[in-house]
Order: sequence, then C-alpha cells, then structure tokens
Amino acid sequence: MDVLDVARWQFGITTVYHFLMVPLTIGLGVLVAVMHTLWVRTDKPEWLRMTRFWGRIYLINFVLGVATGLVQEFQFGLAWSEYSRFVGDVFGSLLALEALLAFFLESTFLGLWIFGWGRIPKKLHLAALWAAVVGSIVSAYFIIAANSWMQHPVGVEVDDTTGRPVQVDFLAVLTNNTALAAFSHAIVAALMVAGALLVGIGLWHLRRRELAGQPTTDVDHAVWRRSVRLGGWVSLAAFVLVALTGDWQGKLMYDQQPLKMSSAEALCETEAPAPFSVFAWSKLGSNECDDVHSITIPGLVSFLAHGDFSSAVPGVNQLQEEYAAVYGETYPDDPSRFGALAGEEIDYTPLLGVSYWSFRLMIGMGAVSAGVAAYALWATRKGRVPTSRIGVYGSLLAVAAPFVANATGWVFTEMGRQPFVVHPNPDVPVGEQTYFFTAQAVSPGVTAAEVWTSLSLLTLVYGALAVVELWLITRFVRRGVTTGDHAPDHAAPTPGTPTEGTPESREDDDVLQFAY
Amino acid sequence: MDLQTLWFAAVALLWTGFLLLEGFDFGVAALLPVLGRRPAERHLMLRTIGPLWDGNEVWLITAVGAVFAAFPGWYATWLPALYLPFVLVLFGLIVRAVAFEWRHSHSTEAWDTTWTRVITAGSLVAAAGIGAALGATTLGLPIGEGGTRVGGAFSGLGWPALLGAVAVLAFSVVHGAVFLSLKTDGPLRVAARRFALRWAPVAALPLLAWAGLVHLRYGTPVTGVLWLVAALAVLVAWARLRVGREGQAFAAWGGMLVAAAATVFGAAYPVVVPSTIDPAFDVTIADASVSDYTLTVMTWAAGIGLPVVLGYQAWTYWVFRRRLTAEPQHGEPAGTRA
Repeated sequence: MDVLDVARWQFGITTVYHFLMVPLTIGLGVLVAVMHTLWVRTDKPEWLRMTRFWGRIYLINFVLGVATGLVQEFQFGLAWSEYSRFVGDVFGSLLALEALLAFFLESTFLGLWIFGWGRIPKKLHLAALWAAVVGSIVSAYFIIAANSWMQHPVGVEVDDTTGRPVQVDFLAVLTNNTALAAFSHAIVAALMVAGALLVGIGLWHLRRRELAGQPTTDVDHAVWRRSVRLGGWVSLAAFVLVALTGDWQGKLMYDQQPLKMSSAEALCETEAPAPFSVFAWSKLGSNECDDVHSITIPGLVSFLAHGDFSSAVPGVNQLQEEYAAVYGETYPDDPSRFGALAGEEIDYTPLLGVSYWSFRLMIGMGAVSAGVAAYALWATRKGRVPTSRIGVYGSLLAVAAPFVANATGWVFTEMGRQPFVVHPNPDVPVGEQTYFFTAQAVSPGVTAAEVWTSLSLLTLVYGALAVVELWLITRFVRRGVTTGDHAPDHAAPTPGTPTEGTPESREDDDVLQFAY
Repeated sequence: MDLQTLWFAAVALLWTGFLLLEGFDFGVAALLPVLGRRPAERHLMLRTIGPLWDGNEVWLITAVGAVFAAFPGWYATWLPALYLPFVLVLFGLIVRAVAFEWRHSHSTEAWDTTWTRVITAGSLVAAAGIGAALGATTLGLPIGEGGTRVGGAFSGLGWPALLGAVAVLAFSVVHGAVFLSLKTDGPLRVAARRFALRWAPVAALPLLAWAGLVHLRYGTPVTGVLWLVAALAVLVAWARLRVGREGQAFAAWGGMLVAAAATVFGAAYPVVVPSTIDPAFDVTIADASVSDYTLTVMTWAAGIGLPVVLGYQAWTYWVFRRRLTAEPQHGEPAGTRA
C-alpha cells in the first residue's frame, strides 16, 4: 500500500474509533444533566444516585473521547497537508472556533463539576454540568459544519491564481443546509446511544435484583426503573427524530451527491419510478454496478428522494458518465500531485458494497434500537419487572446497535463521497466549483513508513485502551449504584446541605472516583 | 498592526499560555517519582492538577487550531515535516489523559502504581515532543519547494529539536515544583521548594540558550531586552523562593517563560518556518496566511470568545485556589481541607 492508502486507513480507523465515544458523550451528557437537574429540583435520592452512577460512565467515556479527539486535529496536517493547504481558508477556522468556543467550555466546566461536589453552591454546580454539555453540542456543530463543507462547499469563490477556495461568506458556511441536517441527525442519534445504554444496563440490574429477591420499594430499584423508563422514552422519541432528520439529509444528498445515494441503492440505470433495494448480491471484488442483483420494493427510492412514487432517480451508470464528462476521465498525469494514481482512470462510483451495506446497517441497527426501547417500556409498564432472559440479555447486547448505526452512518457518508475529499457543489456553475480529489490530498513529503508507524502505534494503543475501558465499565456497571458493603440507603443525600462534602463523605469508593 | 501580525501574536500568546499552564501539569507529573515517594504524597500531587489539566490541554488544541485557521501554510508545512515527533506527542497525551481518569477506577496498589507511572511517562514524552517541535520550527527545518520536507523521517530532528525538548522539559519540571510549593502544605511544600531552589538556575539555562540563539540569529534590540528580562526573572524567582514567597516565585518563573517565548516569537517574526535548505523556502506569515476576510471573521470571534474563556478559566483557578494537604481519609470530604 502507498501513503494514500495507509493514510486513508489511518483516518478511517482513528475516526470511527473516536466516534464510538462522541455520541455517548453527547447523549449521556444531556441525560446526566437532566438527572442532576431533577435531583436538585426534587431532592429525591434516586436522582442523585443516577447522576453519580451514569455520570461516572460519562466521565470514563469522556476522557477517552478527548484523548482520541486530539489525533483528529493533528492528522489533517500530519497526513493530509495538501488537503489542509487547499481548504485552509474555511476549514481551519471552524476547528479553531470549535476549540475556543466549545472545548474550553467542556473541559473547564467538567473539571468544575467533577471536583465541585460540595465545594460550590448546588445550583452553580448543576450549571457547570450544563455548560459542559452545551460545550459538547457546540463542538459537534462546528465539526459537522466543517465536514458538511467538504460534502457541499458553500460560501467560497475559487481564487484564479492559486485555484483554492477563498471564503466570502462565513454565515453561509455556518448555515449550510447539509450541516443543519447532519447536525440534527447526529445529535438525535447520540441520544439513541445513551438511551440504549440506560435501557440495557437498567433492565439487567432490575432482573438481577428480582432474581436475588431484593425489594422493589427501595431507592436502588427506583434508580434502575427510572433509568429504563427514561432511556426507553428518549430512545423512541430520538428514533422518530432520527428518521425525520435522516429523510431530510437523504433528500439533500440526492441533489448534492446523487452518486452516493444511487450507490447506496445499487441503482444502476436511471429509473422512474425508482425501486428500493432490500437485499443485493454481487460478484466478489467487482465495483461494476451491472454485476449487482437486487430484491426491490418498487417506487420507494423515488419517494425517499423526491417525496412521490413516480419521479426519476438517476442511476450509477449515467452519473458515472456525467461526472467523467465534467471532471475528467482520468487523473491529471502529474505524479507529484496525484502519486500512483496520476494518469489513471477515475472511478466516480464509491465502493458499492460499502455504500449499500453501511446504509442498510445504519437504518437496521437504528430500528433494532427502537424495537428494544419499545420492548423495555412495555416490559416495565405499571411497575413490572421483566425476568425474561432473552429479553434482558438481548437488550444488553443491543446497547451496541446504535453505536454500529452511528459508525456505519459515518462510513457511508465519508466513503460515499469518494473519489472526492471535497465534493463539488452542483448548485455552482461548472468551472467555478470547488472540488478536490482524495488522491491529491495526502502529504507529499511524508513516507509510507512514517504513516505505517503511526497507524500501527495508534491502532495498538486504541486496541489496548478499548480492552481496559470495556473492562472498567463492565466492572463498574456490575457493581451497581451502591458500592461495597454499604446499606442501600447509605448515600441518601442530606437535603438542604449543599456545602462541604455532600455525597463523598459517605461513599468511600466514590471519593476515589470523583476526586484524586 | 495588520491582521496577519495580530494573528501571529495571537498564536504566540496561545503557545505561551499553553506552556505556562500545561507546563506545571507536566512538571508535577514528572516529579511524581521524585517527590511522591508514598502513595499519599502522589495522590496529593495529582490532586493539585486534577481539576486543571484538561482545561490546560485545550490551550494546545486551540494553539494548533489557530495555526491551522490563520496560517494553514504553516500548519501544513510544520506537522508533516515533524511527523514522528508529533505522533509521539499525541501518544503521550492520549495515555496521560486516560491514566488520569483510570488510575482511581480500581483500587489495588499495583494498578495505582502502573497508571501513575503512565502519567509521568506520557507527560515526559509529550513535553519533550512539543519542545522538539517548537525548537525545530524556530531554528529551522529542511523545507524545500512547496513547503515539503526534504530528506527522510528524521531529517527534521537536529540539535534545535533536542535543545527545544530539553528546554521545555527543564522549565516544566521546576515550574511544577514551584507550583507544588504554592498549592500544597506540609512536608511536600517544603520538599518541592527545596527541589526548585536547587534546580531552578540549571533548569533555566536551556530555555535561555534557545531564546538567545533565536535572538542572535533573527533578533532586534527589543528581543534582546526581552531576553534580559527573562534572565533577570530567573534571579527574581530564585530569590523569592529562598525567602519562601512561593506565589511571587511562581509569577517570576512564569514571567521567565513569557519573556523567553516573547523573545523567540518576536525574533522569528515574520518567519514561521525557516528553511535550513535555502532562505527562499522560508515560510513567512504572508505565505502561510488565510484571506483577510477569514482573519477578520476570526478576529471578531476570538475578540469576543477569548476574554470570556479567560474569565471563566481564571474563575475555576479561583475556586480551586486553596492549598491542599494530606490525602482525604475515609469519611472525610475530598479535597476540601484548606
């Protein structure tokens, strides 16, 4: 593999890994802040215990997200320096604003929340958590605005001498319709991740307590029951919003990147009405659309693209020809800029198998998640405690489903944009468009050995961290809300005494968990 | 002052702020095996930086972000030229961050010792790597046409990188010791002060040498004065430490860094990456900069955002201002004993 391939694998691995933590940080942050708010308002002990239990998982996860997020900011320069030069006038400022306006908020106020228990007034302490959560959401907005600009560059003009985009309208970059759709989709998808976690772990604890004959009237029972109910409702509501925002995003994508969507459907020829493919198979290793065979539902893709069951949707073969006519049959024969691909034919069709299956996995796993949430709400209705082994362990396993949906959604979005790293905006007249091939984005002076070194090092470290992280979280989750030999009501809060050491003073283990 | 110069100053300010704040985090971590012989001492040391290190690290993210945002030509030349050192910095920061969080997630002594060592090792690697990158970018990298590195993976790693690495490490270790003497009480305060007193004069030398070299090569009379201020600050820090005025010593030692960084950035201006191949390949702020429109947008955003950030970050330092003493015992509130 040459530098380009290794660098792409590195970006893919590090980004997908980073994005395992991100939706949990965003989604769980919101839910922990809600729990904390309810505790401050009602003084009910279960909300305090929920805040501390879920807050702990939130923090274990948060720190790994921060650590792996660092790599993201550096690798645009390390491995993709020509990309960074090309997009510098737009892209860098969004990253800098993310750091300035979001990361400071997030990290400073989270530090205050962790160490502020009993040290600052109760309401101020709550506000610190909300500030951190708002920081996470603002950060998501900036980075998605940056990504969406690569999908749909707006607010720029091409400079005649350098050939690079020059920003002329910052507000247009911030209000890019692609960004608004992708941001809302990502935020509600993050809530599904958090909801599934609450449901899976909550059900497991409820069942375990039931089998152990523990009472259903104590605070701990309330903790798990409320967790399941909250997680279930959040998941279901978020799923509806995921579907709506996904539809919005899909309709935009049919206009902005038709090849991405036609590849997702393995729709080879332009059809009216266009069918939705339920299952497809192809010759192994072939990226020829005509080798793909599908079982289809007539007219559904027309509906997804245009809202009716009859409109034409362009097929992969036509689009490939149209792209080749506008952007060239082959890469320019310039090895200093295009490396091994110089002079080679350009395949404008993203990998069909990846587009097709990542799209279906995303939708399918989202639906699984919603199904589990509905099951959990039904199984816990009117104070019931589910004891079905399949139901409870299935829900625990299904915690992974929204993570997979998030990851495959990004794989689909990013790989579906290939061979471009910055996809041309079809609303801009040909000749004035900003676009950039992935093949020319890589750092020219960096050797394959260097990128192999960083790829191996980061993959090894990430793998090791994943093992420790899962072990820690599993261990923590198994232990439950109250720790050690304490009586269940040991950690009950003392209402109205938000001064020194409210909960720490009573939970030895939590002293170590929340302070140093 | 034109916008490019303003943003060069902003970038210099962010890097200085990062070294000033994260410097003591690095230093405290580096001193764990030296001053933290017993677990209780190590816990106390870690509690001094516990609420602060993550916010301090954001200064690095913002500094790199500002380089990318204002001078993509600098970002795209500098990072790939020093690919492996930057990867090591990332590695160090990753393991350090998780070690901070994971160290106390499991309560066996071996576990605690392991992650405490990881905090130290990660901090040392990160501090040295950042120092190497800054040293190399101010004293020259083998940059050829189009901002591309000439030579192999290690061609950017000469003596300037080594000098920068040693300078940042040595500064940070003493900075951490002075910080500990300021933030703790009891035997640790005494030990930290003694350590700082012994090592401050030596630890200042590499940083002063680096700043002096950049000044001699590109400097102006103004940067010469700044360098003298830095050298004087070392004496002040040492003298104040001797009489037990830790707060003033901390300010003076920090002032030394600020003056030295001002010397380096002031002398280097307007070159951001000098080429050791040919001065024609030097990357200057004019070559590297984004458009005036983007700089204007950024100026507005930073002009409003930065004071707010400084305000609330300073406020958290105020909240956690009290000196810490021994480890909280079972049944005692954490970190509240003044």
